[in-house]
Amino acid sequence: MQEPLLKTVELKKTFGDTCVLNGISTEIYEGEKVVVIGPSGSGKSTFLRCLNLLETPTDGAIYFGGEELTHSTDLEEHRKKMGMVFQHFNLFPHLTVLKNVTLAAVEARLQERKKRKLKISKKQIVAEENERAMKLLARIGLEDKADAYPSTLSGGQKQRIAIVRALAMNPKVMLFDEPTSALDPEMVGEVLSLMKELADEGMTMIVVTHEMRFAREVATRVLFMDGGKIAAEGPPEEIFGAPKDERLKAFLSKVL
Amino acid sequence: MDINLLNAKTLTERLRSAFVVENRWLLYFQGLGNTLLMSLFAVCIGVALGVILGAIIYTEKKTGKAKILAAICKVYVTVIRGTPVVLQLFIMYFIVLVSVKNGIVVGSVTFGLNSAAYVAEVARAGLESVDEGQMEAGRSLGLSYSKTMFKIILPQAFRNIIPALFNEFIALVKETSVAGYVGILDLGKVPGLIQSRTFDYLFPLLFASLLYLVVVYLLTIIEKFIEKQLSKSDRDGGKKIITGGRKKCKNRS
Ligand SMILES: Nc1ncnc2c1ncn2[C@@H]1O[C@H](COP(=O)(O)OP(=O)(O)OP(=O)(O)O)[C@@H](O)[C@H]1O
Ligand SMILES: [Mg+2]
Repeated sequence: MQEPLLKTVELKKTFGDTCVLNGISTEIYEGEKVVVIGPSGSGKSTFLRCLNLLETPTDGAIYFGGEELTHSTDLEEHRKKMGMVFQHFNLFPHLTVLKNVTLAAVEARLQERKKRKLKISKKQIVAEENERAMKLLARIGLEDKADAYPSTLSGGQKQRIAIVRALAMNPKVMLFDEPTSALDPEMVGEVLSLMKELADEGMTMIVVTHEMRFAREVATRVLFMDGGKIAAEGPPEEIFGAPKDERLKAFLSKVL
Repeated sequence: MDINLLNAKTLTERLRSAFVVENRWLLYFQGLGNTLLMSLFAVCIGVALGVILGAIIYTEKKTGKAKILAAICKVYVTVIRGTPVVLQLFIMYFIVLVSVKNGIVVGSVTFGLNSAAYVAEVARAGLESVDEGQMEAGRSLGLSYSKTMFKIILPQAFRNIIPALFNEFIALVKETSVAGYVGILDLGKVPGLIQSRTFDYLFPLLFASLLYLVVVYLLTIIEKFIEKQLSKSDRDGGKKIITGGRKKCKNRS
């Protein structure tokens, strides 16, 4: 059988005395689109942030491409393969849009050049990455914003650029933490449709969201989290169509 | 008040003795030169060391790492800010650097080490003013802590602390005027020197003050210029400017 791309085993996270993740075990296979739903404070963000070790788990294990991450000494290498999109975009305000997209990719290639003693000039690397970034920006129709600073963009544009910035690293999986929650309603659509495109192209995605329609349309699997545990999981038809768990029912009756 | 202020004839005479006689005007510029030299070196030492101190204190606060190092930095900041700079100068001149014959060097080092403590506080506040999400975004893209620091956090922090940093530079330039206590011929010492020959303080004091004023004014012009250059990217209202720095400690000398 195929190996899961990402796997967590009894993942736990406590902040002081509060137990936020109370044993999360799940496997995510390549091409899956997992949507995580659940009430506020149930640990969705913490779960996502543990996956790329922005938060250090208190206990448990994470396997990514077969390697265990919590004791990894090469976290940066793994993070490069996991794109993350934040609720508040977190674009770099002091850099142009183009620089936002290319910064990490250029750094990664410079590092690789040093490690493998490649004979390629920095100028060449920057030129190649700029070209790649421009293609990505063209794809979302924002190539004319390449030299603009983030503060001049709308929320929807910012988030789409943040997605492109993550894509520039050629990630194997994309993590989204409520990517549309900070947006004005009229801009939610453009971000969701970009995410749908990615999903259609086969990107492995883990999405924390309150957009239930998106979950229904795009998810291959829905995780319902409550109290730091996966309280229910299954295909969207089952989760939304025939929920069994009482807490899930209560949650859905509130959000639907 | 000086009762001869309105007497044109004596005023010309006093002007002459303050500037022309024995080429005394040269003294002011010699003093100014030394003041600028000390300030420049001190600013370099202060910023370099201060940013390192601030970054260490910030890192410890955010990540819990480097606890001992951060503790040492905090003690340093507390001690330096808690003692008068004149005494620090004496300690350096008569004890620590007693073998160094060049007063300008001793002054530069003293004022630099002193300024570092203030810059450290400014730098720490500046680093803390940068949104937490910036570090997370950097790290999530696979950048190392130090790369994220240098490419993402520090540039933004720097922008936020320009006013506080220039406050510090301005305070520092004026602060160097205590150098005269250990016999360094800086601008602040010149009026006294000339008065000891002419028994007249009026023009030496006015002119020395004017020169300080010009230096400080030039600094504010540079500040405005840098702010303008950096403001290209910030049309967002969310920018947090750090002001302050030394202002609570006016009476340091
Ligand atoms: N750094 C932290 N220190 C202490 N407590 C934290 C920290 N981060 C999160 N928590 C707590 O952990 C709990 C879960 O937080 P988390 O952000 O994972 O929830 P969530 O499911 O994403 O909620 P929301 O839908 O509101 O985003 C919350 O009660 C929160 O207060
Ligand atoms: Mg959350």
